[in-house]
Amino acid sequence: MLRYVLRRLAWAIPTLIFVTFLVYIALRIGTDPVASYKRINPRATKAKIAQYIEVNGLDPNYVRGYFRWLGNFVTLDWPRSIKGSREVWPQLKDALANTIRLGVAASSVGIVIGLGLGVFAALRPGGRRDVAVNTAAFVGISIPPYVSAILFQLLFAVYWSRWFGSTLFPTSGVYPPGQLGFDLGLMLKHMVLPTFVVAIQIIAVYSRYMRSSLLDVLNSEYMRTARSKGISEARVLFRHGLRNALIPVVTIAALDVGAIVGGLIITENVFSYPGMGKYFLSAFGEGDFPLLMPWMVIIVASTLFFNLLADISYAWLDPRIRLA
Amino acid sequence: MSAPVLEIRDLTVTFTTPLGPLAAVRGIDLDVRAGEMLAVVGESGSGKSVSFLAAMGLLPKTATITGSVLLDGRQLVGASSKELRAVRGQLMSMIFQDPLSALNPVHRVGDQIAEMLQAHQKLSDKAAKARSVDLLEIVGIPQSGDRALQYPHEFSGGMRQRVVIAIAIANSPKVLIADEPTTALDVTVQAQILEVIQKVQKQFGTAVVLITHDLGVVARVCERVNVMYAGRVVERAEIGDIFDAPSHPYTRGLLASLPQAGVERLSPIAGFPPNMLRPPAGCAFRARCPHAVAECGETLPTLRQIGASHSACIRAEEVLTSS
Amino acid sequence: MAYDRFVSHRAAVVSVFIMATLVIFVALSPFTARYGVNESVQAPPNYFLSPRANAWLGTDDIGRDLYSRLIYGVRVSLIIGIFSGLISVAIGCLIGSVAGFRGGRFDDVVMRVTDLFLAFPFLVTLLVMRNMIGGISWLKPITGELNSVRFIIVLFAIFGWMGVARIVRGQVLALKEREFIEAARAVGASRWYIVRRHLLPNSIGPIMVALTFSVVSAIISESTLAFFGYGPQAGDGATSLGILVGQAKGAVNTGFWHLALFPCLTLVVIALCINFIGDALRDATDPRLQRDA
Repeated sequence: MLRYVLRRLAWAIPTLIFVTFLVYIALRIGTDPVASYKRINPRATKAKIAQYIEVNGLDPNYVRGYFRWLGNFVTLDWPRSIKGSREVWPQLKDALANTIRLGVAASSVGIVIGLGLGVFAALRPGGRRDVAVNTAAFVGISIPPYVSAILFQLLFAVYWSRWFGSTLFPTSGVYPPGQLGFDLGLMLKHMVLPTFVVAIQIIAVYSRYMRSSLLDVLNSEYMRTARSKGISEARVLFRHGLRNALIPVVTIAALDVGAIVGGLIITENVFSYPGMGKYFLSAFGEGDFPLLMPWMVIIVASTLFFNLLADISYAWLDPRIRLA
Repeated sequence: MSAPVLEIRDLTVTFTTPLGPLAAVRGIDLDVRAGEMLAVVGESGSGKSVSFLAAMGLLPKTATITGSVLLDGRQLVGASSKELRAVRGQLMSMIFQDPLSALNPVHRVGDQIAEMLQAHQKLSDKAAKARSVDLLEIVGIPQSGDRALQYPHEFSGGMRQRVVIAIAIANSPKVLIADEPTTALDVTVQAQILEVIQKVQKQFGTAVVLITHDLGVVARVCERVNVMYAGRVVERAEIGDIFDAPSHPYTRGLLASLPQAGVERLSPIAGFPPNMLRPPAGCAFRARCPHAVAECGETLPTLRQIGASHSACIRAEEVLTSS
Repeated sequence: MAYDRFVSHRAAVVSVFIMATLVIFVALSPFTARYGVNESVQAPPNYFLSPRANAWLGTDDIGRDLYSRLIYGVRVSLIIGIFSGLISVAIGCLIGSVAGFRGGRFDDVVMRVTDLFLAFPFLVTLLVMRNMIGGISWLKPITGELNSVRFIIVLFAIFGWMGVARIVRGQVLALKEREFIEAARAVGASRWYIVRRHLLPNSIGPIMVALTFSVVSAIISESTLAFFGYGPQAGDGATSLGILVGQAKGAVNTGFWHLALFPCLTLVVIALCINFIGDALRDATDPRLQRDA
């Protein structure tokens, strides 16, 4: 088992380097960093432009340029943003923190409710609650996150205040404008709507997967064997049913993180929530190469990480894979 | 004659299906005596498995069960889930056809046996594990200490079935129901499994109900035989009488259809089993029976004594004398 | 028999009717729309009008009829969806069947690559790739201008094939071991022949399912791109469903509910219908549910 993990980890590093290299190429071609720099800083001198090129590893030769960039990146000597020469890390750090908070909240809520609903539906397949859960999940999948985000905004920001005179749940930002310092209550209040929007996606996907997986398991022979042992129905369900049903769900879960992040990006934008999504969209729109590359590295690394996590948990949960 | 440890009277099982009620078992009487090896023979759809699944309470909610099943004096039909759970695995166990799918793939074999033990006996984890290893040895798995830590997919088919048997007899049940235990196995392994079952029967004094469609298996190990067709018991006899002097046309047909060395053509029973959604009036075998007469279609024939056997054929005497 | 199973899904049947009606409506657009796509409903003041007799769904910020624009927009989005769906499926079938059938290194590479791409946040991949492909000048003849409909179709096709390929590969892997394939091999059929005549026809079910999900994914992706301002920008006020939904964002703050509600509703209904159809198709063609009468 340990060897399996180590082997996968060993693969991860070169993959990380290779993929960031591809990203580097894509961004250079796609956003034209030098032109963007000149656009934002029209009065930049030739020397400054040359310095920008060097510090960001924007050599004419892509390979050499990449390794120069990589060198600077790894030694934590990060070039500054093209806008006002601001440091990258403070911005990125805040964005990351905000998004992680939102992501964790939405995932916890979404996964727990989603799995619960899936189990709920699978226990009585074809019945009314099954149909209800299925339909709800279906609608959830079919509504893109920004649609639900907009509809919620409409409901809570516009109409609620019209009907009730005050906003129940704020629809933008982490804090109300002008807030200084940390206030848990306000922060949570601001997180409610975006969390809910992202959670809807998660609930829809997980409930369907759990339901189908659990149904497969419930129809398996070993469930009958378990019952014939005379153990309690609860034990049959948890130790035998869920334990097996969770295997495919877990693997899907880890790979689904990308979709969740996508939903987060969109939702953040609609709610003006200053997270990774907003960071990316504005940096991308400006062609701000120094801001974009570290962001990309984080995304690539976490994608690879979750892929790895999926493989490992699959092997850990299913001995048939582990020992193959 | 020992008192029956399992007494089934007038058991019926009807399934509610989208196409209407399906009468899988239509009133059977059956006794299992302590420590005996009883065969229940019949083709797919005869209701042989369903009868015992009903006794164990393992049928889905779509099944309606009436009649009486007395296990050691306890009534199982209509019993509460709690009562049934106390019985299952403790007084009565069941093993199934496919050992690979019958075992949970993600639990170790030893743990699966231990679970059975701890469900009905107060044993510490250590004691349960030790006993599991013992049980594996009893069913003939070598290096049982190491093997107990392995997973089902690491065993061959025959070995897995031994594990399944070990689980089933862990609590020394009075009745073991073996539903086609050898059908999924190679012929050579079949013999070994039957030996294990016999060994277990003698060692624990467990009565074994061997459900099968394979008469060869029956001939090997069983003492008494019940033949089922279309949800009813049509013949019951000692093992010798079944083969030498069958008293029901269906049994005759079964025996005649066995491949024989030197005989070139197979002689199957003509026709098909009846559709249990609309069972025929009278004897269900009538359409395929060479001895059928008009009265056969009038009433459902019941088992009656003929010599040392019981037969559900109104023309059993003629059947006996015909060659 | 699969047809019977499909028809038993009432939601899917209703969806087929709704989509058929929509497609016909949209195909007859010069007749069904009341105004041109860039035409003002009346003389100013004509902006942000709520639904009324001469503008059934209201007007937008410069006085254009939302209803008509919606029809033209849906037409564009459906074209994008269907074409990129078809191309994705074509490419996906090819790569997926070869990967599944040949196995080996090619299969490994395909699996790893698609794994990685599918695990990334789709929006990020789309945006980055959009700009990159748009920046490669020698691809222009194939892709057209950066903001054109053609470009978007090509872009989606380039990423849409991955999901399809995985589905087809899975199906091929399952079929590969079946006896009729062995029999075909034994008779000396070439590998390509086997793929063409045996494997693909037997995979029609999953392929159709993959097609529906490809189409709906393309439609939603187009609207997402347009929402962030990266959508198809043909001139003369031409619009897509995505652009109309994108305008909904501003409408929230100004409180003109009709601009937000109707495009969103249309998008959701289209997505729901296609999803229902795909789901019913999947159930109807699921080999595990094949039961002999």
